[in-house]
Amino acid sequence: MLKSKTFLKKTRAGGVMKIVREHYLRDDIGCGAPGCAACGGAHEGPALEPQPQDPASSVCPQPHYLLPDTNVLLHQIVSAWRPGTWASVASSLRLPGSLETYVEQEQGENANDRNDRAIRVAAKWYNEHLKKMSADNQLQVIFITNDRRNKEKAIEEGIPAFTCEEYVKSLTANPELIDRLACLSEEGNEIESGKIIFSEHLPLSKLQQGIKSGTYLQGTFRASRENYLEATVWIHGDNEENKEIILQGLKHLNRAVHEDIVAVELLPKSQWVAPSSVVLHDEGQNEEDVEKEEETERMTAVSEKMLKPTGRVVGIIKRNWRPYCGMLSKSDIKESRRHLFTPADKRIPRIRIETRQASTLEGRRIIVAIDGWPRNSRYPNGHFVRNLGDVGEKETETEVLLLEHDVPHQPFSQAVLSFLPKMPWSITEKDMKNREDLRHLCICSVDPPGCTDIDDALHCRELENGNLEVGVHIADVSHFIRPGNALDQESARRGTTVYLCEKRIDMVPELLSSNLCSLKCDVDRLAFSCIWEMNHNAEILKTKFTKSVINSKASLTYAEAQLRIDSANMNDDITTSLRGLNKLAKILKKRRIEKGALTLSSPEVRFHMDSETHDPIDLQTKELRETNSMVEEFMLLANISVAKKIHEEFSEHALLRKHPAPPPSNYEILVKAARSRNLEIKTDTAKSLAESLDQAESPTFPYLNTLLRILATRCMMQAVYFCSGMDNDFHHYGLASPIYTHFTSPIRRYADVIVHRLLAVAIGADCTYPELTDKHKLADICKNLNFRHKMAQYAQRASVAFHTQLFFKSKGIVSEEAYILFVRKNAIVVLIPKYGLEGTVFFEEKDKPNPQLIYDDEIPSLKIEDTVFHVFDKVKVKIMLDSSNLQHQKIRMSLVEPQIPGISIPTDTSNMDLNGPKKKKMKLGK
Amino acid sequence: MAGLELLSDQGYRVDGRRAGELRKIQARMGVFAQADGSAYIEQGNTKALAVVYGPHEIRGSRARALPDRALVNCQYSSATFSTGERKRRPHGDRKSCEMGLQLRQTFEAAILTQLHPRSQIDIYVLQADGGTYAACVNAATLAVLDAGIPMRDFVCACSAGFVDGTALADLSHVEEAAGGPQLALALLPASGQIALLEMDARLHEDHLERVLEAAAQAARDVHTLLDRVVRQHVREASILLGD
Repeated sequence: MLKSKTFLKKTRAGGVMKIVREHYLRDDIGCGAPGCAACGGAHEGPALEPQPQDPASSVCPQPHYLLPDTNVLLHQIVSAWRPGTWASVASSLRLPGSLETYVEQEQGENANDRNDRAIRVAAKWYNEHLKKMSADNQLQVIFITNDRRNKEKAIEEGIPAFTCEEYVKSLTANPELIDRLACLSEEGNEIESGKIIFSEHLPLSKLQQGIKSGTYLQGTFRASRENYLEATVWIHGDNEENKEIILQGLKHLNRAVHEDIVAVELLPKSQWVAPSSVVLHDEGQNEEDVEKEEETERMTAVSEKMLKPTGRVVGIIKRNWRPYCGMLSKSDIKESRRHLFTPADKRIPRIRIETRQASTLEGRRIIVAIDGWPRNSRYPNGHFVRNLGDVGEKETETEVLLLEHDVPHQPFSQAVLSFLPKMPWSITEKDMKNREDLRHLCICSVDPPGCTDIDDALHCRELENGNLEVGVHIADVSHFIRPGNALDQESARRGTTVYLCEKRIDMVPELLSSNLCSLKCDVDRLAFSCIWEMNHNAEILKTKFTKSVINSKASLTYAEAQLRIDSANMNDDITTSLRGLNKLAKILKKRRIEKGALTLSSPEVRFHMDSETHDPIDLQTKELRETNSMVEEFMLLANISVAKKIHEEFSEHALLRKHPAPPPSNYEILVKAARSRNLEIKTDTAKSLAESLDQAESPTFPYLNTLLRILATRCMMQAVYFCSGMDNDFHHYGLASPIYTHFTSPIRRYADVIVHRLLAVAIGADCTYPELTDKHKLADICKNLNFRHKMAQYAQRASVAFHTQLFFKSKGIVSEEAYILFVRKNAIVVLIPKYGLEGTVFFEEKDKPNPQLIYDDEIPSLKIEDTVFHVFDKVKVKIMLDSSNLQHQKIRMSLVEPQIPGISIPTDTSNMDLNGPKKKKMKLGK
Repeated sequence: MAGLELLSDQGYRVDGRRAGELRKIQARMGVFAQADGSAYIEQGNTKALAVVYGPHEIRGSRARALPDRALVNCQYSSATFSTGERKRRPHGDRKSCEMGLQLRQTFEAAILTQLHPRSQIDIYVLQADGGTYAACVNAATLAVLDAGIPMRDFVCACSAGFVDGTALADLSHVEEAAGGPQLALALLPASGQIALLEMDARLHEDHLERVLEAAAQAARDVHTLLDRVVRQHVREASILLGD
């Protein structure tokens, strides 16, 4: 190691300050090429390929390494990812700190030029170095840069240099690669019409100034799913008013894309608008219809009080672009290389891409990345990244919905798997330390049929003093997942197991989830037990937490357990235990409801899958038995007990779950809907809500109560994980509990793993580690968990939606009874109880004369011609799969009853007008 | 210092060192003829000068004399030009007093004070920039050796910090300013005894072991260097004496 000179730097911090720093230049950084005698094994980390594969470039026939400059690497990273083609990229830029390639900033040279020069020097060094290495194999380093001046200089200095485009074009073996290049070349944009559509984005420095002085507001841009011309911006910060700003019209959206961090300027009050309730999709193919769109969206006149703060985007602070899944809409012009790409996510604008393989990509799901959005272009420019497969294929669609919802679903890496226990696994003496042996107890588990990741088991027995001992035993996952290792990090990243209709994306590797941690019957398993002593009134006398070893005596399904409880002639240990549990659960539930816990409802469906083809063959709404609520009741009790314990022990960094009370305005829709049926719903407290929901019955309309509960569910806030030190409102509204956490499903939720660790420390069964007692780290974990949780839910719904489509594809066209859930300005949202399916019936059609629609916001009701629709009205709809738009296959619903001339369709028509009204399956976005 | 990457993905620090590497150390003994012992040390950009007077009769109040051992008197002052912003007073502020006290504790532990009852040993240190305590101790050790005062062992000091799960030895000023935990350790390398250990930031106890080990290893490295300097000095001195 050789030490070199120090360098001086002047900075301004208030006054002039002289900073002296030393810099050590190293001579022990290897070149990274294996078998390089000069460097020996000095290089650590990723190594270069010993013999670069020949990508058959016509400009450089001999084997070579590529050395891209920083800009190329940043912009083309997506294309570089593809294995095989770019794998020969020099794996690491030679560090500027190395002795031979150190470059001093010259007088009058800016930092960028210096970097460019440093990379050139590195390229030169590599070429000389590799020549020394072996005379016979002519390895060469090719310098890739898009900067013209940089390239000229490089060639001057004798370094073979090409622009990215030149090089990729020369790769004769992979002609499709050229599509993947991010189009940054200026020539591409000159072809565009010179007309400038958008106003310029302000530079970052100006934005920051504006934000500081309060003229601009910073926030997250959220495009609307339903109207592509509308978006909201969530303002960062605690400022209560102007929390949400509405943006309307393409010009005001000003090229912001969903999830970007933007700066907005508030418009004067006279220009404020109300959120429009029109559902609008971007279907236009040409670029000229911008003006027209602007007009249509202006015409909505609304009452004063509906007006919300309105603004316009003045600049982008941070782009949050990612690769998007979607489909290609092939251009009408033959031989055209420019096509529009329509993302699956409705909130993302369409993207213009250039490709020569449009015909092969048609009807495929593809991934596209955005490269930029010039001012004169209606759509952003992007490039093709990856082909996922045929539309409608189950694998492709599953992949798409996993990608779209950002669910990590790659197989577990070797590093992760290396932390799994070695098989065959058995309980050792060491495991028994701090653990109670509960193998003698008569424990059983009750789960849905086909469940392989059993994380909870129960027991109940009578004690000598007449009291009851009830135990909840939870799989001891934290015993296997030790803090900080790769396995822990991966499961923390995944956050939750995602259950799709035919697939499960595990949070932990299968060995744990379905074997070692699963509390299967007749095997010894490690558990974390929560044991209460209760009297026969289900009052808790004593609570004990302990790590344990259990041996479950039976794995039952809900139905089996119910059968045992009900049948009079079964009196074995398990059955008596179940009966005791059931009795206590009923008392607990009653008490909970008295306290004001809500019983809500959501239409859940289950598919019966064909065991061979995995196609859905039947659809059924979930059945609820007494035993379901029995298990649920004890899980709630365990969660609450644990929450109390860990909060007592760690008041600053307990991981808890809260469910905030919704603001009263959320209930408006429910109250209004109920009033239209002459029912009153009180919403001042959870208890009065629960009670008024119980009373809201109609003898002529038995399903009304369920509908009200479904509607009430929509009014709720999302329950979230949080760290107790960062918040002071712990209340769980839905469960009417002052404190709550998740403890009972550590196999499928990471939050539970953390709670297990906290509890283990609290009872002295395990030791703590630094991250566990760092509330900021814990808050970060919570943030990720909340995000993953939400995404998992969306993915689940999307999976159900897709399978519903498959189901109706095989089933053909059916007519079903449905109830109106919401009334919109130009549509009604209906629920079909039989399938638990929700859909939108539109009344406005593009190419037909619009019927007369009168929308009353107060009731709310929608009058079409002479028929009035209210919430909860019973209608009959026809359901079919609309495959006319390959882009989004969707369930189409059209009105059958009541009959409105020109709107509803006769019951027996067979020739459907498939290009007619656009119907879409609503995602249940809450 | 937001966004400053103290440890790169490749494992290099801002100034190009690896986690366990020391800054370059250069030292000389016997720089002043006037004093009984003196030494000058450079650890990277930190430069310290130590002088030792004594053992000699107690100066000033006789009451301070200790009946069974020598009194060690330490004074620390840093040059006004030693930091980025010019200091007002070279010594007498709280930081200097504290440093003096720490040096005194360190050397009371190392010097065989019982050999010189009722006498006084003065160590004066002057320093400049980053890793100050360690440089002062190392300089003072050399100066005490130069003065020929018997010690149990060398006292070698080094600082260590903790960034992203890695312990860093011998912090530079930039690394100190970033605000992570910083540990100062003075070690008697032969016996492995700790003369002084100081840390004033929060660090989880699980990490302490590792940081301590990093500091101790660095201190042992310092010892080999100091040992070399002393031997070199002795050789030169004996040549001058015409041996």
